Amino acid sequence: MSEVLLDVKGLKKYFTTKRGLLHAVDDVTFTIEKGKTLGVVGESGCGKSTTGRAILRLLEPTGGQVLFEGEDVAKLNAAQLRAKRKEMQIIFQDPFSSLNPRRTVSQTIEEPLKLHNVYPNEQERTQKVLEIMETVGLAERYVNTYPHELDGGRRQRIGIARALALDPKFIVCDEPVSALDVSIQAQILNLMGEIQEQRGLTYMFITHDLSVVNHFSDDIAVMYLGRLIEKAPSEVLFSNPVHPYTQALLSAIPIPKVGGKKDRILLKGEITSPINPEPICRFANRCQYATDRCRSEEPQLREIESGHFVACFLTE
Amino acid sequence: MSENKNTNVADLKQKYKKQSQFKEIFKRLLRNKSATAGAIVVILLLFMAIFADALHDYETQVIKQDIMNRLQSPSAEHWFGTDEMGRDIFARVCYGAKYSLLIGFTGAVTSLVLGIVLGAMAGFYGGKIDNIIMRFMDVLLAIPGTLLAIAIVASLGSSIRNLIIALSISGIPGMSRIVRSSVLTVKDQEYVEAARAIGANDRTIIFKHVLPNGMAPIIVQSTLRVASVILSAAGLSFLGLGVPAPHPEWGALLTNARAYIRDNSYMCLFPGLAIMITILSLNLLGDGLRDALDPKLK
Repeated sequence: MSEVLLDVKGLKKYFTTKRGLLHAVDDVTFTIEKGKTLGVVGESGCGKSTTGRAILRLLEPTGGQVLFEGEDVAKLNAAQLRAKRKEMQIIFQDPFSSLNPRRTVSQTIEEPLKLHNVYPNEQERTQKVLEIMETVGLAERYVNTYPHELDGGRRQRIGIARALALDPKFIVCDEPVSALDVSIQAQILNLMGEIQEQRGLTYMFITHDLSVVNHFSDDIAVMYLGRLIEKAPSEVLFSNPVHPYTQALLSAIPIPKVGGKKDRILLKGEITSPINPEPICRFANRCQYATDRCRSEEPQLREIESGHFVACFLTE
Repeated sequence: MSENKNTNVADLKQKYKKQSQFKEIFKRLLRNKSATAGAIVVILLLFMAIFADALHDYETQVIKQDIMNRLQSPSAEHWFGTDEMGRDIFARVCYGAKYSLLIGFTGAVTSLVLGIVLGAMAGFYGGKIDNIIMRFMDVLLAIPGTLLAIAIVASLGSSIRNLIIALSISGIPGMSRIVRSSVLTVKDQEYVEAARAIGANDRTIIFKHVLPNGMAPIIVQSTLRVASVILSAAGLSFLGLGVPAPHPEWGALLTNARAYIRDNSYMCLFPGLAIMITILSLNLLGDGLRDALDPKLK
């Protein structure tokens, strides 16, 4: 087993709302090994992005530990956190809102270098900016253009360049391709794959697109209503999904074949409210196998085979 | 790559140099005829104010009394006529631009600076800080602006400096509300979060990412504020609380002329016209700026 880079233990993020505590991320535990990619999937509002932001402390976690190379990120003070930001970065979903419209491409990429005073010499800094631009496939002639003059794919390349500028070890990719055209999605994914190989980067890849996550991730974590319900190596999860929700989710992947048909598991019922949830299985009221036990107790994450974790009573 | 190694920063900037956003905004402003007219008048007035001493000698032309020629109607010699002390009203109105614009611009800029600090803090940090600052602003807003200014001038004594202080304070609540609301619209944008992710501190985020993107309504409000400060200053001078005699501030000229309005109405007419034209052109410029700064109208 290779070295663990990120070890998340019991991460919680609650939001205070008028109707009570909203459990956006509830007791999520997982690890990511160095140089690997963890795909995090789940429907909208299940807490995928919140998990990513809480790990980077863009949102203050309510509880739990985030051990990055053994050091608890959740306990760092402001100055330590700023230094730590060099090592952990984020790529955002929407390249149209994640770039400051009043700053040029080079200003945006240069900013992290300036903030951390990595290259005090302007000449060297510009050199570095050009180098990063080349890495992400942005032509030199775009240095002084503004984001609104570029298309989505190029904008996302700027976002990636900004994240790479400080040579981080770990990047949270928050649905980096879901705002892009399908043809450009592939380009960006390939680019991210290449960069990962060159630099030995570790990714946490948040997405709702299962076909993307399959060939991009080493491990996949499935989330439902703030809970991590299943985590397994990609091939295991796709060949042997155990949790009923994962099964339903995988059966929803469209088959790109004429006449191709598959038995879809159609979920009935409403999503339970994430505000002050009862301590029962959160999927129980939509699950076709639910028993009385599911409606009275909350299942915990258990390892059913090496590397395959599930939170469901059916596996006992 | 090897080619990049030799690139010079200055060369690169020169090579891909492009029109700055300011130039684009300026071009769009020029396309708007009334805004251009407003801008021209404002520039002329500024010119008049800055070179007031070169255009008219204060001692001999602006305040020197000449009782022989008192209350003369407009003529070739005295374009706007003369007042009850025989002073040339044209010279006094021109020279008055210096006072009115000085008060207008300093007053507006002071409330702009303080309004940005308070409004940005309230909007960016929210919660308690927001509540404390904005409730205090509400208290100020509850008192009518002119009344507040009268109270401040009355307690500090009437001088140009105190007039500016009074009008600056009464402009802060409006300005900070506008800054706060534009900060609120920008601060939840993803690029602000991105700036935090790369390790920017609050000051950098506010001044480099939030404010530049929420600047349009603030700039417009400032231009309009210049006009309203000039008007308030004239009003206060009219009430005798503004610029003390014999300085030819426009409001003071009006007060002075009030006693002669029946027989020598031109004495009121010209300072009044000066105020009206200044405010009209500032408002036209402000409206034009609002349109020019709106990127959707490109």
